[in-house]
Amino acid sequence: MLKIAVCAKQVPDTEIPASQFVVDESAVAVVPPAGVQPIVNGFDMNAVEVALKLRDSGIQCHITVYSIGSDFVIDVMKKPLSIGADDLVLVDDAGTANLDAMGTARALRGAIEANGGADLILCGRQASDWDQGHVPLMLGELMQLPTVTLVRLVSMSGDVLTLERVTSDGYQRIQTPLPAVVTITNEAGEARYANLRGIMAASRKQPTVYDLAAVGVPDVAPALELTRLFVPESESEVEIIEGESDADSGRLLALRLHEADLI
Amino acid sequence: MSAKILIVAEPDSDGGLQGTIGELIAAARKLAADGEVAVLAPVTDLNDDSGLSLLDADVIYRVSDARVTADYNSGIYDAITAAVATLAAQLESEIVLLAKSDLGSVVGPRVAARLGGAFAADCVDVTLNLSGQVAVTRPVHGGNAMAVYEFQPDAPQVVSIRPGAFDPAPMRSEGTAHFEDFDFSDAGADSSSATLLESVQEEVAGVPLESADIVVAGGRGLGGPEPFEELGSLCDILGAALGASRAACDAGWIDHSHQVGLTGKKISPKTYITVGISGASQHMAGCSSARNIVAINRDASSNIFSHARFGVVGDWAQVLPAFIAACAELRSSG
Repeated sequence: MLKIAVCAKQVPDTEIPASQFVVDESAVAVVPPAGVQPIVNGFDMNAVEVALKLRDSGIQCHITVYSIGSDFVIDVMKKPLSIGADDLVLVDDAGTANLDAMGTARALRGAIEANGGADLILCGRQASDWDQGHVPLMLGELMQLPTVTLVRLVSMSGDVLTLERVTSDGYQRIQTPLPAVVTITNEAGEARYANLRGIMAASRKQPTVYDLAAVGVPDVAPALELTRLFVPESESEVEIIEGESDADSGRLLALRLHEADLI
Repeated sequence: MSAKILIVAEPDSDGGLQGTIGELIAAARKLAADGEVAVLAPVTDLNDDSGLSLLDADVIYRVSDARVTADYNSGIYDAITAAVATLAAQLESEIVLLAKSDLGSVVGPRVAARLGGAFAADCVDVTLNLSGQVAVTRPVHGGNAMAVYEFQPDAPQVVSIRPGAFDPAPMRSEGTAHFEDFDFSDAGADSSSATLLESVQEEVAGVPLESADIVVAGGRGLGGPEPFEELGSLCDILGAALGASRAACDAGWIDHSHQVGLTGKKISPKTYITVGISGASQHMAGCSSARNIVAINRDASSNIFSHARFGVVGDWAQVLPAFIAACAELRSSG
């Protein structure tokens, strides 16, 4: 049985209009938009999908989803369960707001080890909130595991993984033994849809919940501290081209761009 | 303020260094004008200076060990991580600077972990406070916001710099940097295990996105793969490259090699014509260097219009054919 850990983060919905993205500068925090649920980070859902594809390929897998945070919306975090992941483990602690990347990596390691370890650790390439992409690499360093980033395809034979890693002009084929940490990019494909049976099964499952002390993470100041957060001004003034019909607008736009020497 | 800074240079395909080295030196000199700046540079021929001594640095550490020079294109970067961490520890570097490149994104966090420090990615500005701590500014939430982070005292500070954020530092008129050979065998390269089997270049038809003067791109608003054929014919007329939003690529309407955005291609055309793209900040992060954005979108409240110079609010299915026909006519009439 291949034990797969998928690391997943609850993040604000990236689909909200820019006007709903509001920052509280005095609190140095993003104000959660009213009435909009958070999501599981999109790249992490791509990672769940990769795990499910490994199972589809005939490999016996046990897929556990791990998340570090607080204020979890359990129905949101159960989404991976509804499409086929087996268990959900949460490190749910207000103190996680104070963790830096290394602290988050330590919490993930503690949670994975408390749950019997993992042969393959899959992570999204980065989280859509802070866009750093460093937790998986630090986790690999902490656990002294080979770490391969930006992977779009994972196949397994024996205990060797063959990976396709996306580059700027193509891809690399990389081989690694297990255990290993692999980060997944959106080229891997979107997560499948949940069916009713999956949603029902997920609703019956209860997450395993730890606090930071239980996963062996001390309460220390972060090595990198967020001190200011602000929304940059947008300075562009748009010239709207309006003809008698949409088609006429298209024609006038071409003429205007030609006149401005842009095409 | 004096500070010890280590810069990680990367090779280009012609045996020189990537142009980002000048930008990293500019960032280092902004942090500490009279700091001690060391550069770790891959060189295959120790007798070939290749102008390195003209860099505005104090010392260039040359590494010619094949395990390291071969690792620059491996995508795994185990040997480089070991080399950088070892040299930074030897030099007691307080700050390590890398480019936000494929290599920098992997090596930066790993080096920070090994040195017991912290890492800040994709920074567009850096400053040093009076007590020697670095503060960085970096886009977050897909570019919706900017964040300032401060490193805490007494730990190495590893920073990757967004390409283009700094103007390259001028070369010195005569060489003053001195050379040291970095002996990689001291780095105790761990034999991790992941190995590169092959690197494959995928042919992309048409004009490359990164160097195109005009880019035409479609998004989720197009609703399916067929409209991309129309955009393709527009590209043929204008000599433009074809781009797409992540949503359109993830939907399978067009190959991911066309993806423009935070995690796709970064483009800087003179003219960027978007059709059915709402302009989510994750997309705009890939085209923030485009000089003139043109938007065709049916929703006047779309974010794209707050970045655009010219726009049409309307149904692309009506706007686009007339736009293409007019472009064809303008082109044929010279």
